[in-house]
Amino acid sequence: MSVPSVPPEPTTSVEPAEPLISEAAVNAAVDAALAAIAVAETTAALKLVRSEHAGESSPLSKLNALMRSVPGNQKAAAGKLIGQARGAVTAALTAREDEIGSAEAAARLLAETVDVTAAASAWAAGARHPISLLIERAADVFVAMGWEVAEGPELESEWFNFDGLNFDEDHPARAMQDTFFVEPTDAHLVLRTQTSPVQLRALLARELPVYVVAPGRVFRTDELDATHTPVFHQIEGIAIDKGLTMANLRGTLDHFVKALFGPEAQVRLRPNYFPFTEPSAELDIWHPTFKDGARWIEWGGCGMVHANVLRAAGIDPEVYSGFAFGVGVERAVMFRNDVKDMHDMVEGDIRFSQQYGMTV
Amino acid sequence: MRVPLSWLGEFVDLAPGTTPEDVHAALVSVGLEEEDIHRFEVSGPIVVGEVLEFVSEEQTNGKTINWCQVRVAPGDELAADGGPAIHGIVCGAHNFAVGDKVVVTLPGASLPGPFPIAARKTYGHVSDGMIASARELGLGDEHDGILLLSSLGIDAPVGTDAIALLGLDDSAVEINVTPDRGYAFSIRGVAREYSHATGVPFRDPALALTVVAPVTRFPVTIDDQAPIRDRTGATVFVTRVVRGVDPTRPTPAWMIARLGLVGIRSISLVVDVTNYVMFELGQPLHGYDLDKLTGGIIVRRATHGEKFTTLDAVTRTLHVEDLLITDESGPIGLAGVMGGASTEISATTVNVLVEAANFDPVSIARSARRHKLPSEASKRFERGVDSRVAAVAAARVVQLLVDLAGGVADDLGSVYDEAVEPQPILLPTGFVSGLIGLAYTGDEVRKALVDIGAALEEADGDLQVTPPTWRPDLTDKWTLAEEVARILGYDRIPSVLPVAPPGRGLTRTQTLRRTVAQTLASTGHTEVLTYPFVSERANNLFGVAVTGVVLAGETDADASVAEEGAASAVPVSGPVVGPVSVPVIVPVSVPQMKVANPLDGEAPFLRTSMLPGLLHIAHRNRSRGLVDVAIYEQGLVFRPEAGVTYGTSVLPTGAARPSVEAEAALNAGIVPQPLLVGVVLVGNDVRHQPGLPAVAAGWQSALAAVQQVALAAGVRIDVRQGLHPAMHPGRTAELFVTVPGAATSDAASTVPASTVSASTVPASTVPASVVSASMVPASTVSAFTVSVGFAGELLPAVADDYDLPAVVAVAEINLAVVFALADGARTVTPIRTMPAATQDLSLVVAASVPAATLRAAIAEGAGDLLESIELVDDYRGAGVDPGHKSLTFALRFRGEERTLTAAEASAARLSGVALAAARFGATLRE
Repeated sequence: MSVPSVPPEPTTSVEPAEPLISEAAVNAAVDAALAAIAVAETTAALKLVRSEHAGESSPLSKLNALMRSVPGNQKAAAGKLIGQARGAVTAALTAREDEIGSAEAAARLLAETVDVTAAASAWAAGARHPISLLIERAADVFVAMGWEVAEGPELESEWFNFDGLNFDEDHPARAMQDTFFVEPTDAHLVLRTQTSPVQLRALLARELPVYVVAPGRVFRTDELDATHTPVFHQIEGIAIDKGLTMANLRGTLDHFVKALFGPEAQVRLRPNYFPFTEPSAELDIWHPTFKDGARWIEWGGCGMVHANVLRAAGIDPEVYSGFAFGVGVERAVMFRNDVKDMHDMVEGDIRFSQQYGMTV
Repeated sequence: MRVPLSWLGEFVDLAPGTTPEDVHAALVSVGLEEEDIHRFEVSGPIVVGEVLEFVSEEQTNGKTINWCQVRVAPGDELAADGGPAIHGIVCGAHNFAVGDKVVVTLPGASLPGPFPIAARKTYGHVSDGMIASARELGLGDEHDGILLLSSLGIDAPVGTDAIALLGLDDSAVEINVTPDRGYAFSIRGVAREYSHATGVPFRDPALALTVVAPVTRFPVTIDDQAPIRDRTGATVFVTRVVRGVDPTRPTPAWMIARLGLVGIRSISLVVDVTNYVMFELGQPLHGYDLDKLTGGIIVRRATHGEKFTTLDAVTRTLHVEDLLITDESGPIGLAGVMGGASTEISATTVNVLVEAANFDPVSIARSARRHKLPSEASKRFERGVDSRVAAVAAARVVQLLVDLAGGVADDLGSVYDEAVEPQPILLPTGFVSGLIGLAYTGDEVRKALVDIGAALEEADGDLQVTPPTWRPDLTDKWTLAEEVARILGYDRIPSVLPVAPPGRGLTRTQTLRRTVAQTLASTGHTEVLTYPFVSERANNLFGVAVTGVVLAGETDADASVAEEGAASAVPVSGPVVGPVSVPVIVPVSVPQMKVANPLDGEAPFLRTSMLPGLLHIAHRNRSRGLVDVAIYEQGLVFRPEAGVTYGTSVLPTGAARPSVEAEAALNAGIVPQPLLVGVVLVGNDVRHQPGLPAVAAGWQSALAAVQQVALAAGVRIDVRQGLHPAMHPGRTAELFVTVPGAATSDAASTVPASTVSASTVPASTVPASVVSASMVPASTVSAFTVSVGFAGELLPAVADDYDLPAVVAVAEINLAVVFALADGARTVTPIRTMPAATQDLSLVVAASVPAATLRAAIAEGAGDLLESIELVDDYRGAGVDPGHKSLTFALRFRGEERTLTAAEASAARLSGVALAAARFGATLRE
């Protein structure tokens, strides 16, 4: 620590007296302060320096204290001298303070560096099932066209599942259906084998014209294997209006298929038989990116709603016409998203849904 | 239906080189879907050989083999395999003699299996090929010895290609025949369709035969006293007799090959011929041994309990609806299904009576199903057989038996024909174009209809269309429209998008269902889809409503009534504070629906709860090493109500709208199927990670999921302590929604909460009934609560039953009810912007006082200035009396129009304390 120079006692000497606050003493104090500031490395060290060189007992303060004894004619010069000195020290302190502050902030940030690849999360990953997601997507396509979504019970009256849909009680098609019945069987309740009963319910309940889709779960007595499951999902559509044609059916399917699978998708209709449509068609679709390459894949059935179905809903088939279609959702997920085994879709292994996350 | 190409080629010209794939492609375009291709899987050098000499050699293993010298090429020519004309072959069979012609598979050949043939060392010789049995060639089941060509009536030169000789170079396309096209169960019908598809001319085999009417009448009586659905059992019954059939004559190889390709085993020439003609013309036929018949034939219905032994030697008890062919000895055939053993064609039959009949499809279908005897014959009758083809088919059988079996056509026979002629259908001009949406010309329409065999008549500009006899499915103008569109090609139908009227978008319920699913997935739950089949035990355990438990310290008004209500449901002994007796609810028998024909006999019932299925799935995931499992499913459950009979014993007929009463009865017969969501959590909610300790899943996770659902649905779901037979008695919450009443505030306290909670929640799918009059106590319009489910932890023993760890968190919410209670449009209060005053408050109360109840009391007491109150701590221990707890709440006060003073906030806080003190004896903790 530098020792402040102590001004000598006034003497009787007539020699021009040393000024009470000498320039040399002030400069010495400033030099000492600047030197100390320059070597201060931390905020704490600088604080000490500030105390010693700018505090109340610092040399400059002591020199300043002599001001009251300085003769009047010297006061201005002495004041200026001291003032400049204190200004220089304060400026140096501030500058050094900023320097140290920046360095310390930088060091702190550096110390706070983390491994961003090791982030922990309090949120576990959830997921939707692709079947549900695809059903929602499909429904949205139709809702966007002004259609509405209809629903119905899964445990259904045979009348809605068969008779009303033109399945005669002795018709081979009825025997073909692998139907789950519930006890007692003479109560005529079945787990619906198709979403078509919802069509009939929609026709009975709604004002014409009717444009509805009915996605839902259906049941057949097929054992689970790589391509079959006793519980699966369909999307059924029905439109009844004046003047609807099979060309309108094709137009609707074209639009639906392109919306769901992409603009390159194509639709093919093949003659087929269903009790509830006449004419009837098998619906095949084609897409260049299907697994195993571009090819036609059988997707569902469709046709013009049978006159007897319209009659069962109290609609005059001479006045109204319409079309209906039904497609399998599992099947769509299989060829659209390359699912190879039905087991993955029904076993509930969370890894399966989690591959989809929130989008299909 | 399988169609051998060689057979098809008899009635349409197949271009040279036509492959099975080509035929499939043609047939699929007219609606006959491809199924498969069948071939004799034989190839390579397979030739006719002659046994020149053989030496029998006894082997050490006891077998005797024959070391044969077989000529496989004439003279000094090289054999088909490039080897010498005489091959040495080891043969294990003994049914041949020197000079017999046999089938030799030479090295390089391949037999079905595939079984490649090569020269190989065996029994001390090099066997240079193999002498084949019929079975080895894929030509039937015969494997008792090698195939002797003489047994097929063949004598071909040595070296002849046996593949072509035996018809093994043929192949068949298999197609799927839809139920409306019975005629396509014949080569004749498929050939016609092939003609439609390709335009090549069709030669109808039915027109190629001359039908000679019998001269002497064989007595046949159709005596149907009980027609089914007013249709006589037999409309056509033709018999013909062939005498002097040689029972030793073999079936020709080409017929065996074709029958093999269509999937029919060769039995004997007579039986083979009737099968052959059935496949050719679609007419099922039956041959009787004429000498075993007693008197004439009577076709009648069976009598009650009548017995009949079918030719599979099974004695069957008949039903009065079964149609029988009988003679004076009794039943000799179950019409259209199976013949009888007593008159069966045998190895000694020389005189044959051929039957070609047309039976009612419904009668045959019912008999075949009843006796579980689906046959080639019943399959055809069920779908409808050409009513005009019976006599032709009988003539064809006679022709083949004369040509192949040495028989003589007898003039004995009968023709009964009461078949109804097809009725003309009026096809208005423009109807087809209008329905299909494609402007067909009149000529196109007429040509298509003529092509399918219909007869046309112009009628005032429209068409009268009489369908052909083999198309009983053509019954109205729509069926004709399909024929026109089909024959002219579905690929011509244009694509025209129809414009629907403006729709209303998804319903609120549909939107909420998506939001709930999306929210649960967003908060770490994975959606799964389970089968709804469960055991009765699972339903009895889970399909029970939760019971609310009233705890000490409820408000006077609530508690007095609530205890009364709850007392009837469960003996309340304080499950949380009562240290001695833990309340247990014994599972009861829950009304549930049973599947009559389940796939899994262990789980034949329809679920009444989402949880059993989810627990199985949780276990499956755990068993695959996935330790943290959080899953959910939205789906319907099946909740019949006790004492209600579901379904209807009588169904309205189709094709007409049911009466209002009948429609109401159908709907009333539907079992309630509400939409539920179930959640199951096992393991950790948050796994252990750097700087983050694991958070185990437990009752709080289940309640957190419930709150996510509530948030998504926009419905406030509150909880109170509950009891459920599957659940931990101290860690179960009953979930309920408060339905605001229309009355004054003090009316709310008069509603007995429990009367409309657990026991009265209807498991209905009909939202309106959720808040129907039956639930609301009579003459009240005040607020009441509706139980919407439960959440918490499973009983450890139940978790163990599902092979899950002791702590399994579950929640189940009746979304049908929750969605029905969701507000239509939300209303909100203005946001206050003045500075807030926050204060903490610690109150000591008895441990049995639910935090939510205490919180509600403080809030009520604090009044309108209180903006929010959150529980931040639950402390028990030093400084708090045993049996008590200290609950700390963070309070936030805010004035509406000005900054609150500290005194105002404190006063509001103390008002809250005062009410808590009055209700629960709460004291401020210092």
